[in-house]
Amino acid sequence: MSRSAIKFLKSAPWSARFGMAVILFYVTLAVFAPLIAPYGETAIVGPRFDLWGEAHIFGTDNLGRDMLTRLIFGARNTIGIAFITTCLAFAIGGLAGLLAAAVGGWVDQALVTLVNNMMGIPQLIFALLILTITGTSIPVLIVVIAVLDSTRVFRLSRAVAMNIAVMDFVEVARLRGEGLWWIVTREILPNAMPPLVAEFGLRFCFVFLFISALSFLGLGIQPPTADWGSMVRENASLITFGDITPLLPAGAIALLTVGVNFVVDWFLHKTSGLRDEK
Amino acid sequence: MKSKAARTRGDLLLEMRGLRIEGQSSDAWQEIVHGVDLTLRRGEVLGLIGESGAGKSTIGIAGMGFARPGCRITGGSIVFDGIDLRKASAETLRRLRGSRIAYVAQSAAAAFNPAHRLIDQYAETAVLHGISSRGAAERDGRALFKRLRLPDPDRIGERYPHQVSGGQLQRAMVAMAMACRPDLIVFDEPTTALDVTTQIEVLAAIQSVVREFHTAAIYISHDLAVVAQMADRIMVLRHGNLVEEGTASRLIEAPQQDYTRRLLAVRGHRKDEAAPTVDAPVLEIRGVSASYGGGVKVLEDVSIKVGRGRTVAVVGESGSGKSTTARVITGLLPPLAGEVLFNGEVLPPACGKRSRDQLRHIQMIYQMPDVALNPRQRIRDIIGRPLTFYLGMTGKTRDTRVRELLHLIELDPDEYIDRFPGELSGGQKQRICIARALAAEPEVIICDEVTSALDQLVAEEILKLLQRLQNELGVTYLFITHDLATVKAIADEIVVMLRGRVVQQGGRQEVLTPPNHPYTDLLLSSVPEMQVGWLEALLADRAARKARGEAVMESADQ
Amino acid sequence: MSKIVKMVAQRLALGLLTLFTVSLIIFLGVQLLPGDLAQAILGQSATPETVAAFRRELGLDLPAYVRYFDWLGGMLQGDFGHSLANKREISELIGQRLLNTLFLAGVAAAIAVPLALILGIMAALYRNTLFDRAINVATLTSISFPEFFVAYILIMLLAIKMRWLPGISNISGEIDLAERLYRVVLPALTLTLVVVAHMMRMTRAAIINLLASPYIEMAMLKGVPRWRIITHHALPNALSPIINVVVINLAYLVVGVVVVEVVFVYPGLGQLLVDSVSKRDMPVVQASALIFAATYILLNLTADLLSILSNPRLLHPR
Repeated sequence: MSRSAIKFLKSAPWSARFGMAVILFYVTLAVFAPLIAPYGETAIVGPRFDLWGEAHIFGTDNLGRDMLTRLIFGARNTIGIAFITTCLAFAIGGLAGLLAAAVGGWVDQALVTLVNNMMGIPQLIFALLILTITGTSIPVLIVVIAVLDSTRVFRLSRAVAMNIAVMDFVEVARLRGEGLWWIVTREILPNAMPPLVAEFGLRFCFVFLFISALSFLGLGIQPPTADWGSMVRENASLITFGDITPLLPAGAIALLTVGVNFVVDWFLHKTSGLRDEK
Repeated sequence: MKSKAARTRGDLLLEMRGLRIEGQSSDAWQEIVHGVDLTLRRGEVLGLIGESGAGKSTIGIAGMGFARPGCRITGGSIVFDGIDLRKASAETLRRLRGSRIAYVAQSAAAAFNPAHRLIDQYAETAVLHGISSRGAAERDGRALFKRLRLPDPDRIGERYPHQVSGGQLQRAMVAMAMACRPDLIVFDEPTTALDVTTQIEVLAAIQSVVREFHTAAIYISHDLAVVAQMADRIMVLRHGNLVEEGTASRLIEAPQQDYTRRLLAVRGHRKDEAAPTVDAPVLEIRGVSASYGGGVKVLEDVSIKVGRGRTVAVVGESGSGKSTTARVITGLLPPLAGEVLFNGEVLPPACGKRSRDQLRHIQMIYQMPDVALNPRQRIRDIIGRPLTFYLGMTGKTRDTRVRELLHLIELDPDEYIDRFPGELSGGQKQRICIARALAAEPEVIICDEVTSALDQLVAEEILKLLQRLQNELGVTYLFITHDLATVKAIADEIVVMLRGRVVQQGGRQEVLTPPNHPYTDLLLSSVPEMQVGWLEALLADRAARKARGEAVMESADQ
Repeated sequence: MSKIVKMVAQRLALGLLTLFTVSLIIFLGVQLLPGDLAQAILGQSATPETVAAFRRELGLDLPAYVRYFDWLGGMLQGDFGHSLANKREISELIGQRLLNTLFLAGVAAAIAVPLALILGIMAALYRNTLFDRAINVATLTSISFPEFFVAYILIMLLAIKMRWLPGISNISGEIDLAERLYRVVLPALTLTLVVVAHMMRMTRAAIINLLASPYIEMAMLKGVPRWRIITHHALPNALSPIINVVVINLAYLVVGVVVVEVVFVYPGLGQLLVDSVSKRDMPVVQASALIFAATYILLNLTADLLSILSNPRLLHPR
C-alpha cells in the first residue's frame, strides 16, 4: 500500500507538488509558531508602521507589533479556526447527507427542505445577520460558519450517497437484512470517500476565505488575536503610500488556497478516472 | 442525384491495408487493432462480428476516416473509391461524410439532436452537401419514411426525437443515412438496444433500402445470427485481429476456426426438461398488482408458481413487468394487491418486515456484476458477509467455507480471495455474485438478466455453471430474461409476460411449440436463427399469413 | 404546453414560498438567538429600567408574530421602519445605495459574462492544449484569491503606481455617467476577476459535457462543418446549462459586492450592511439582508425558469 502511495504521489504534476509543498510549509508554521516566531504574538516591539529592516524583516504593524511574528501566528489562528470549522461542518452536513440518502422518505424531504430554505439566504449575509446578535467570539464564529457551511456539505454528500445508494450492491445489503449503520458505514461511506475528500479541500478553502473576509470586514476574529484577514484591514492605509506590507497577509491567504486547490484539482482528476482501482 | 447505373456492383469501394489503431487507457496509448485488412465492393454488405474489445466498431468507423476521442489511427491505409482517407484533408473528409459514406449509430435516441425536428435533421445533410434543395430533401424524406414503413410518414418528420419510439427512431436514422444515397453506410450495432420484435422491423427496413439502392454497407454486431441475415460476407474479429473471413453461408455452415465454431455453438446448448414436481411450489405469487409511487399499474393480477428444484423463466420485452415481478418477490416493492408465498407461508410484503431466515431463503443475482459488488470490499468479505450474517460463521470456519464456495464456482481460492472486484473480469464478477448468493444457502435464487451484460461465450459459461449448481445442490431458479436463447437453454417452465400481465405459462416444450398465444408466437418467431435467409423467410411467411387474412400480431413499437 | 405552464407556476410558487420562509428566518431567527437585543445595544451598564423602556420603544414587548406581520406588512408597502442608529427612515437610507450597488454589479456583469463565456467556450474547444492548461491554472489561482487581495493588488498597480484610476470610488454628488463609470472601473474590475474564473470553469465543463454527446459525433459523421456543429447542434442544447452558469455567478456577484464595496468605500448596500452590523442596527441589517436574499432568490428562480423554457423536451411534449 505504502509503495503504491509513493507511486501515486510521484505521478503528481508540478502544480499538485507545488500545492503539497505549500500545505506542508503552512502546517509546519502553524504547529511550531511559538518556536519559529521571533517575538510574542501581541508584544509591542517597535514604533508603529516601522519600515522593513533587520530587526523587523517585514516592519511593524499599526500598533508596533512585529509583522513577521503576526504572520506566523496568523497561520496558526486562521488555519486552525478554518480547519476546526470545516471538520464541524463535515460532521454535521456529511452525516446528515448520508443519512438522508440511506433513509430516504420524509427524513430526506424534511432535511432537504430545511437546507434549501437556509440556502435561500446568501451565506455571507446570513452570517452577518447572526453575528449581529450573537457577537463575534471565536467559538460562536466557528459554530455559526460550520452550521451555514454544512448545508453545502449536506447537498454534496447526499447527492454522492444517493448515487451509491441506488447501486445493486447496496440493494443486496438491504435484501440481506443489514441495518442502517452497516449500510451507511460499510457500503456507502467507503465509496463516497474520494469525492468527499476532494470536497473537504474545497470547503476548507471556502471557509478559510470566508473567515478572512469576515475578519477583513472587522466582524470575524477580533484583536488582539493575530489573523490574516484582520491584519489586512488594520494595515490597509499603508497601501495608499505604495507600501505592499498589507498585501503580505492577503498573499498568505491566497497562496494557501491556491495550494489546496491545485492538490484537490489533481486528486479529482485522478479519482474520477480511476474509481475502480485500489 | 448521382447516376447509379454507371456504377456496377463489383468494383472495389473501400480497402483497408494493415490498419492499426491505438486507444488511450490511463495516460498510455495501447494498440487495440493490430493490422487488419478489409475490402468492400460496391453494393456488398460486409458483417463485422466479435465480442466486446474485438475492435469491430473502431474498425468500422475508421472506414469513414474517423477515430473517436481517445483513439488514433497509427498505421495502414484506408482507401475509399481511390481517395486515401488517411492523407485526405479535413475538408475532403467532411465532404465525403454524410454524402458518400453515412453512419447509423447504436442508440438513435442519443444520436438524434434533441433540439431539432426529425425532418430538419434529415434534410441537413442533403442541403449542406449541395445535393438537393430544402424542399426536395423534405419530399424525399417523406418518401423514404414511407418506404421504411414509419407510421404517418407525411407528418412524423415534424416531431422531435423524444416524441418518437425507439424502433421508429432507429428507422428514421436509417432514412437519414440514406438521404444523400451514399455509396457506403456503416451500421454500428443498430438493433442492439431494441427488443426482439422491434429488431425484426428495423432489420427488414435496413435490408430493403440497402438492396433497393445497391448501397454497400459495413454491418457491425456482436450477434452472429443477426449478421448472417444482413451480410454477404462476414469477418470474425477478436482482440483487434481477424480470426476468419468468408461468405455468410460458408462461415455458418463450415466454420474453419475454433473461435467461430464456439460463437456458432452459443445457441445450441439445450437442457433436458426435468419432470414436473408433485410437491407444493416452493415459491408462489398470487394475484399481484403493483405500481411505482401509485402511478400506472406495471403489474396486473400476476400469478406464478415455482416448483422446487426447477428453473422457471419469466420472459418479456422492456416494459413487460418482469423485473418488477422480481422486486415484488424480494419485497423491495410491496404490491398493491396479492401476496407472495414461500413454502406455503405468506411473506410480509416489505423486505424490512421479513425475518432473517425468510430473507436468507430467497437470494438474488443481478444483471450488472460491476455494480452488484461493492468495489471497496475484498472477495473474502463479499462472500463472507452472508456467512457471518445468516449462519454466524466467523474466523477459520468462515474462511474455509469461502474457499469452498470459490471452488464451487471454479475460481482458485488462493488467487482470488484477497482481490477487489475491480481486479476481476465481468464473467468472474458474476461468478462471485453467484457464490455470494449460494453462501446464504437459499432455496430460491432470482436471476435478473444475469447474462445480458456479458459476452456470449462468457454468458454461456455462466449458464452452464448455474445448471451444474442446480444439479448438485437442488436450488430453484426464477430466471428473468428478455433473451429467448437463454430460455431455451435453461428453462423447465416458461412464463411469458406482456405489459404487466402473464400471457402464457407452461412447460418449456409446450410454450416453445406453436401455435400458442399470438404474442408468444410473435416473440418466438422474432428470435434470429443462425441460418442465412431466415429473415426473408420469416417476413415472407408473415406477409403470406396476412394476405390470407390471418391475424398477425405486430410489435408494440410499430 | 399545459405541462410547462404548470411547471413554471410551480417554480414561481416555490420561489414565493422560499422568499416567505427566508423573511421568517431573517425576522424570527433574530428572536430565537440567545441574548437580548436591547441589552446588547445599550451595554451591560444600562439599568433594567432603561432596558425595559428601550424594549418598549423597539416594540420588543409585543408578541413576535404581531411584530413579524407589522414588519412584513410595512415592507410590502415600502416602509422598512427606522434605523436605530440615526432614527432615519430605512427606505430613504437604502434607496440610493441599492441603485449604486446594482450599478456596480451591472457593470461587472456586463464585462464578466461575455468574457467568461468566450474564454470558457474556447477552453472547451481547444481542450488539453497549452491554452486550456494555462487557463486552468490561471482560473484555479484566481478562484483562490480573496476579493480584498485582488482589490488591493489592482489599487496598488492601477491607482497608486500608474495613477490611471481612482483608488476610492466616491460617486456621491452630481456626476455624469462617464465620470461615474470611470470611478467604478476598479471595483467592477475586481468583481469581474473574481467571478470570471468560476463562470469560465463552469462554462467549459458544460460545453465539454455537451460535446461528448453522441449527437455531436453524429453531426461530425454527417459532414457538418465545425462552425455549424457549434452554432446549430451544440448551442441550442447548451443554452440551459450556460444560463444556469451565468445566473449562479450573478447571484455570487451580488454577495461578493459586499467586501468590494468596503475596500473601495463605495456607497452601496453592502457597505451599509457591514456598518449596521458593527453598530448592531438590527432593523437596517434585517432590511438589507432581506433585499440581498430576495435578489439572490430571484436570480435562482430566473435560472430555473429559463432552463425550463429552453428545454426542447418540455417545450414540445409528447
